[in-house]
Amino acid sequence: MSDLRELYQQVILDHNKSPRNFKALEDANHSSEGFNPLCGDHINIYMKMDGDRIADLSFQGSGCAISKASASLMTDALKGKTREEAESLFERFHDLVTADMDSTPDTSSVGKLAVFAGVREFPARIKCATLAWHTLNAALKGKDEPVTTE
Amino acid sequence: MSTVPHILVDKLSCPLVDRASPFDPYRVRQDFPVLQQFVRGRPLVYLDNAATTQKPRAVIGAIEAYYTSENANIHRGVHHLSQVATDSYEGARGKVRQFLNAAMDREIIFTRGTTESINLVAHSYGRKNIGEGDEIIITEMEHHSNIVPWQMLCEEKGATLRYVPIDDQGDLLIDELEKLITPRTRLVAVVHISNALGTVNPIKEIVKTAHAHGVPVLVDGAQAVPHMKVDVRDLDCDFYTFSGHKMFGPTGIGVLYGKSDLLEAMPPYEGGGSMIRTVSMQKSTYADPPNRFEAGTPHISGGIGLGVAIDYLNRIGLDSAAAYEAELMDYADGVLREIPGLRMIGNAKNKVSVLSFVMDAAHPHDVGTILDQAGIAVRAGHHCAQPIMQHFKIPATTRAATAFYNTREDIDALAKALHHVNEVFS
Repeated sequence: MSDLRELYQQVILDHNKSPRNFKALEDANHSSEGFNPLCGDHINIYMKMDGDRIADLSFQGSGCAISKASASLMTDALKGKTREEAESLFERFHDLVTADMDSTPDTSSVGKLAVFAGVREFPARIKCATLAWHTLNAALKGKDEPVTTE
Repeated sequence: MSTVPHILVDKLSCPLVDRASPFDPYRVRQDFPVLQQFVRGRPLVYLDNAATTQKPRAVIGAIEAYYTSENANIHRGVHHLSQVATDSYEGARGKVRQFLNAAMDREIIFTRGTTESINLVAHSYGRKNIGEGDEIIITEMEHHSNIVPWQMLCEEKGATLRYVPIDDQGDLLIDELEKLITPRTRLVAVVHISNALGTVNPIKEIVKTAHAHGVPVLVDGAQAVPHMKVDVRDLDCDFYTFSGHKMFGPTGIGVLYGKSDLLEAMPPYEGGGSMIRTVSMQKSTYADPPNRFEAGTPHISGGIGLGVAIDYLNRIGLDSAAAYEAELMDYADGVLREIPGLRMIGNAKNKVSVLSFVMDAAHPHDVGTILDQAGIAVRAGHHCAQPIMQHFKIPATTRAATAFYNTREDIDALAKALHHVNEVFS
């Protein structure tokens, strides 16, 4: 059961139970919607951009502990970041959760998001961890179509 | 993957076995090679039977035997092997006919599975008989495969789809059916056993009601045939559909039963070889059923494997297996209800195999992952029945679905792992 503790780290359980920034933003100027059609996970991302900077960020939706905690930690991590910084962090996060099982993942550059390193050992759960990020990416790019993981 | 030693055989003397039951799940388990393995260091507990069932050695062996010594194309060769393969494949059709107690072999169409069987009826019978302003009645508890083909047909034809609602126990509000039927109703399509709730629907009663208004009935029997004897003449349904892989046979093979007078009047579904009588450059004429609906080289080994799965079910006795499964369901229901924070979704009066539930502590996906770590295979999600999830206002459930080879030990392992879910998320 040690793998399970690796996946369900205390920080993840905490963010699942009390997600941060879990609300709609009244003054959002970007938003997007994401689905995982296979499992029914559903998320809305609300973003307030101030020029090139993410001034405020929030989410709502329903999903498993991994997807909820991922969205919660993402909103915390990206507030105040520039578009470029956000895209770069997404790339590093994506590498972290999809890294080869035999390699040692580089957790130094992702801050708190390092708690998701255990996800790579559960291939069925990678889409749970990345749904919020793909949805955010769509909001950044101003896409109207809802995002799906399939 | 390693083989479980003969500890399971020792369970033959286990006190948990009900001596009154003539059915012995511990002996039956020995027929299924997949069940003899460890997953993540634990003996596999396979409870995803509503998604697909495991295959007995007899079925696996029949497929190998076919490719080893009989492989040839059917219906067209003058040579020996072709005759052998044709006899085996058509023999399987005869077994299906007996299995369903249909009147004639030509009422049995081989398809890829339940989904294709329903699509075949929608394309062929539906397009011919359903037009603008007409109505089709289905239910709120259908699998997507018995919703989407009708939505597509309705969209194409300008027809309307109506739903018989369900109550909060997961039973059909059967009195609503009569009220929904109008002079424009052209078809009722209903699931025999719900894959997400386990509800067994009163098909005979539904057919009687529909026929009183001259409306034919299609039944989605995918979850029924592995758990109960089905007699299409007793049910008096017009179409019955099921999949081989959910009843211990191969994937990629399924069945459409249709009453012969309906099939005779239906246009072809796909065009190609085998389904024709004559072809000229200007026009073709079509073969009689069942060939009319079986264009191209079929899944020969699949059909033969399905026939052997039927032989297997006849050998172990579907009635005694069903009686055992009912006992196991009672046991499982009692055990699961004692788990704190667990809510059963689907408490129909007549229910088979399916234990669908949500937990206060954790989302179904998290439950599924934790169970998987204990070597327990279940399904987490909407089970291709999103309208049911919408009815109960939940995004998903965890579903454990038993077959006759499951035991009380499987249920105990499930309960233990669900307690662990509560610990992890406490």
